[in-house]
Amino acid sequence: MRRTELAIIGAGPAGVCAALEAASHGVRVTLIDREEHIGGQLVKQTHKFFGWHEKSAGTRGIVISRDLADKVKDNPGICFMGSTEVLGYYGDDGVLLLEAPAGIQLLEPERLLVAAGASEKMILFPGNDLPGVYGAGAVQTLMNVRGVRPGKSVLMVGSGNIGLIVSYQLAQAGVKVAALVEALPKIGGYAVHASKIRRLGIPIYTRHTVKEAYGKNSVEGAIIWELDDNWQGIPGTEKGLDVDVMCLATGLTPLCEFLWQAGVEMAYIPELGGFVPLYDEHMETTVKGIYVAGDAACIEEASMAMAEGRLAGLAIARSLGKVPDGEFSRKREDSLRELEELRAGPTSEVIVRGLAAMRKRLEEHLSQEHSSRQAHQPGAKPDAQQGNQQRKRVSS
Amino acid sequence: MESSDIRIKQHPILDFPERRKVKFYWEGKQLEGYEGEPIASALHAAGVKVLHKSLKRGRPRGFFCAIGNCSSCLVVVDGVPNVRACTEKLRAGMRVEMQVGVGPVPRSKE
Repeated sequence: MRRTELAIIGAGPAGVCAALEAASHGVRVTLIDREEHIGGQLVKQTHKFFGWHEKSAGTRGIVISRDLADKVKDNPGICFMGSTEVLGYYGDDGVLLLEAPAGIQLLEPERLLVAAGASEKMILFPGNDLPGVYGAGAVQTLMNVRGVRPGKSVLMVGSGNIGLIVSYQLAQAGVKVAALVEALPKIGGYAVHASKIRRLGIPIYTRHTVKEAYGKNSVEGAIIWELDDNWQGIPGTEKGLDVDVMCLATGLTPLCEFLWQAGVEMAYIPELGGFVPLYDEHMETTVKGIYVAGDAACIEEASMAMAEGRLAGLAIARSLGKVPDGEFSRKREDSLRELEELRAGPTSEVIVRGLAAMRKRLEEHLSQEHSSRQAHQPGAKPDAQQGNQQRKRVSS
Repeated sequence: MESSDIRIKQHPILDFPERRKVKFYWEGKQLEGYEGEPIASALHAAGVKVLHKSLKRGRPRGFFCAIGNCSSCLVVVDGVPNVRACTEKLRAGMRVEMQVGVGPVPRSKE
């Protein structure tokens, strides 16, 4: 069986930044991805990123991913296993089961970082399973990576940044966007993206949703309608749209299967995208030695995923005894400040609220665990010092 | 959409260089695609959207996520069921069939 100091599931922005940070402190890293390429979903992001780092701000995702891939390939401390799917994590033995091109393999890591990303949320309407109903990521993959247009005319569902950006990218690829619908009374994404869409003449219907998609074997059209104050469709407001593609940009949810399997405490925090692991400010979950970063921890943008990855990589290197105190606290402060600044804008208010809710759940969990440990040791003195340490670790 | 229009040739940001074309089979019919692209992208470019029939009601299914998460696009490749069309690479001579429900049990050719 192969051993490694740190196994990272997912070579997207979070996983790669964690790998580079950890390797810079001398940690031997195995970076695993089911795709053969490095960069995760950045490879299809043709738009320019806003960012805190001068380096990443204003840079297209496709360029960032190339840069990350080059850095991984040049790094002798990182072993990249592409085209390799992690089939499971066997926590009792601390072993990952991998399906690599060479066959089934086992890998025993000292630390595990789950940076598996996210999957798209489905919304409910008749016909939502018809071919032609695609996630926004699928539309991006098809046109920006494969060079294939998804169809002739698209209904975009959701006006968050993804819905706005992908609408613009569809227009760039020469595909008509018939309309964009948004259930909320106002557009979710940045005004700068929304005005680009308006300039292209794409109608944006707020307070509207999909009533149904129809078609025999694939989408032949869609009906949208207006919503009342109780989120119910208003009869008589239906509009028919002649589209062969419906693109769902209705949000993402963390891919946490390995964390569930590892017995990590999970909580349903809608602000963060659904079920998320409980983790401390160093991205360590409730199972010692298992860390999380990027969309698997909370649904945000690639800039945050990269900052979280660096923080997790640093904390992991520290836990393996490879980072001196001074350097650790300096770099830790840098990372925390970077995340704080990235989340300073009004669009991150929801995330900040969600993270506070998650930390509260973590504290409750730790104090429950602490008191149940005391209850099981009736003769033992309460270990006040340990309790303080735990609380300190969470709230400092 | 004409099949000649579905492949992007001109793009303001991206380049899509010509790659090697290979022949493969969909439901016994010969089609062409680029070697190494996902089966789903070759089929989509050839106008094929229905890849799978659902287990219980036989409803048509195509790809949804296109990155191997959702299992909406399972097809039978050279007799092997449950192959994700969105991630499996196209090879010359591949025989791809629509998967109905769970698909056939793969039999060895011995």
